[in-house]
Amino acid sequence: MPIFKDDLTIVLAGEAGQGIQTIEALLTSLLKSGGYHIFATKEYMSRIRGGMNSTTLRVASRRVAALREKIDLLIPLHREAMPHLRRRLTEETVIIGEQEKIGHSPMIDVPFTKMAVEMGNSVYANTLAVGVLAGLLKIDREKCRQFIAGYFGKKNEEIKEKNIAAALKGFEIGVGLTGKIDIEMVQVASVAEEAMLTGGEAVALGALAGGCNYFCAYPMSPGTAVLTHMAAYAKSADVIVEQVEDEIGVVNMAIAAWYAGARAMVTTSGGGFALMTEGVSLAGMIETPLVVHLAQRPGPATGLPTRTEQGDLNHVLHAGHGAFPRIILAPKDIEEAFFLSQQAFNLADQYQVPVFILTDQYLIDTYYNLPCFKMDHLPVEKRFERTRADYRRFRITDSGISPRGVPGFGDGIVCVDSDEHDEAGYITEDSEVRVKMVQKRLRKAAVVKNAALLPAFTGAEDYETLIVGWGSTYPALAEALEKIGRPALAQLHFSWVYPLAEEAADYLRKARNIIVVEGNATGQFATLLKLMTGRQIENILKYNGHPFSVEELVREITARC
Amino acid sequence: MAENKFDFAHKIDMAWCPGCSNFSIRRSLLAALDELGVAREKVVMVSGIGQAAKMPQYINTNFFNGLHGRALPAATAVKACNPGLTVIAEGGDGDMYGEGGNHFLHATRRNPDIALFVHDNMVYGLTKGQASPTTREGMVTPVQTAGVFEKPVNPVALAVALDVPFVARAFSADWEKTRDIMKQAILHRGFSLVDIFQPCISFNKVNTYSWYKDNSYYLKEDYDPTNKTAAFAKAQEELPFPLGVIYLNSERVPFEDHLPLYAHDKRPLYERERALEKIAAILKSRV
Repeated sequence: MPIFKDDLTIVLAGEAGQGIQTIEALLTSLLKSGGYHIFATKEYMSRIRGGMNSTTLRVASRRVAALREKIDLLIPLHREAMPHLRRRLTEETVIIGEQEKIGHSPMIDVPFTKMAVEMGNSVYANTLAVGVLAGLLKIDREKCRQFIAGYFGKKNEEIKEKNIAAALKGFEIGVGLTGKIDIEMVQVASVAEEAMLTGGEAVALGALAGGCNYFCAYPMSPGTAVLTHMAAYAKSADVIVEQVEDEIGVVNMAIAAWYAGARAMVTTSGGGFALMTEGVSLAGMIETPLVVHLAQRPGPATGLPTRTEQGDLNHVLHAGHGAFPRIILAPKDIEEAFFLSQQAFNLADQYQVPVFILTDQYLIDTYYNLPCFKMDHLPVEKRFERTRADYRRFRITDSGISPRGVPGFGDGIVCVDSDEHDEAGYITEDSEVRVKMVQKRLRKAAVVKNAALLPAFTGAEDYETLIVGWGSTYPALAEALEKIGRPALAQLHFSWVYPLAEEAADYLRKARNIIVVEGNATGQFATLLKLMTGRQIENILKYNGHPFSVEELVREITARC
Repeated sequence: MAENKFDFAHKIDMAWCPGCSNFSIRRSLLAALDELGVAREKVVMVSGIGQAAKMPQYINTNFFNGLHGRALPAATAVKACNPGLTVIAEGGDGDMYGEGGNHFLHATRRNPDIALFVHDNMVYGLTKGQASPTTREGMVTPVQTAGVFEKPVNPVALAVALDVPFVARAFSADWEKTRDIMKQAILHRGFSLVDIFQPCISFNKVNTYSWYKDNSYYLKEDYDPTNKTAAFAKAQEELPFPLGVIYLNSERVPFEDHLPLYAHDKRPLYERERALEKIAAILKSRV
């Protein structure tokens, strides 16, 4: 009999529209309020109904933030769930569901639908399933009842009562399963006080904390999540949120919004960003700040619209004609998605460069509980000044950064031009001015590089092999290395992926072997590191549309060292 | 004439051909701005690329001279971020109806309180004489060597059909009449289009000054621009083309007026501070 003492992976699987999301929403909130740490991530097809989708939940007595491959407990809602997940099933996997419908053996047969119909309507099947899991996971029965009552509180009394009855009926069944599967995990009361956020929400909230007050986008998965959250916050947080006709309009609006004194951000994915590249170049030329959130999905072209990849680093690195500095940030987890999104606005404003927040579908759609962010220490550093009558927007300075004015604030006028321009913003073809302006813009690159954050290092000083990652792979890598538990292996993780801090190379020089782990087919970040250090680098690459799991990384890393 | 603060005290080098009708349009614009009495620091000229789109360079005020075709999204954003500014978008027919066609279409839907002045010379000037979206059928160009066979856009009819609340056509040669139309367009709350006929003396040998003169007429005093059906019929008239304010709708609410953040606080975005307690409250709601 499987016994789970601190970590349990539950997978819900079925067709789109079958109720996975309802079960997931109820279950994660209920389990969190019961004091379990929760991690949830979903994989889904690019369709509205049908297909085969799944949500992986990790329920634990300690903080968890990475995907585990092995399924401990599977709740299939559809026959196709079994072949869909076959690679993740083991001998120990406990399967609970309607045996008649699923047609698998062995499994614990709980005829959810039949029981729900007996209670009056098949819709109660989902609540019943939640009840089973709550009972199994030893959630307090009264807490479960209150939670379901609260959740359905806005519905009419009958619906509420029926759902409570269904949950409690499921609860008894779950309790009765002791002996077939035993879960003895510690519940931590303080977890109930924590927030549960997706990466997408964290980006949107971080942007608000960064003072974002103008947000525009054209919908494109998976970047749309940030647009949806921003739209939800727009009224209470005083943000202008506009859905624009195309990504070209999006980026030009955002740049003009910064010009007019707003703090603007856009969200997109690779294909939408392709349309924005002319605007990125414009921001470079007129030295207007810009914050772009790009949630990566596999390309080329439409690719796999709802899947994940880290394949747009080169795209973002080289987007836009002409030479100008830029900053690329790639949050390693949900906390960083918040803090780096906040910081992106100050960086863009300070250096007057485009700042990219490079996430991916996996990070955007994943959520887990985390302590509410402390925000008091996060400043909004507005970097524009009241203009004087003789104001010149592109005044040549040592740093290359010219004091920024906004139209209507002061006695001066603010003139920007996409043509090469003089200090006042007027078109010029004077070759001396051209050279000065190129040098001015590129001087900012040196300043930006000095500000670059160092990668996060974890491990012993005398490591032999350095496992390098960037962006959302951090939690899976950290957990994998903890599992491997070899002091010769150290982890180096980049959240600031461009420009790279000079000191970052020291970590690489010290290593005997370097293995870069990334979610693309060509090792884009590894190539960047090779350019910087000249070192030979091994790759662990993944590009099937799915994120790295802990077990997979353990296998891949141990196979190489 | 008293000194116009929108003009420069020093001589400026303008990139237009000697004798270009853009000079006349500039004269109208300078006069319109001066006579409206707006502060120079409170005006933003927004443009894309082309000879017409260089206009902001030659007006002594704020400007955002961005990318080809992209003046309208930029102008919309500037106005939305600071509704106290007077925002004018200006460019040519290729810039606004070709490269920027999609933005034009959607600007009509948003209805930002900006004035759009389009220099319509029925040809590409800066790229040397290719057909534009308004080039008349039959014109031979270095690219359309057998003559243009595509049907030209009628931007005025298009704008009326899309209920742009102020639609006018002007003729550059009549600088005072053009100035008056520009003033009305700037004052009108909402999206205002003024399509300005202008001969291109270098690249359009068909639609010359006398062609425009012979193929246009001013609407009479008693013309009622508020009747949409009549205005649409009028807008579709070609050869001769009507000049003047063709359509007027004072009912449409400008884009900025829909934005909830200005409902109780008129301050532009640059004057505002982030409200941490509101963000904390959102985060708290996710517990």
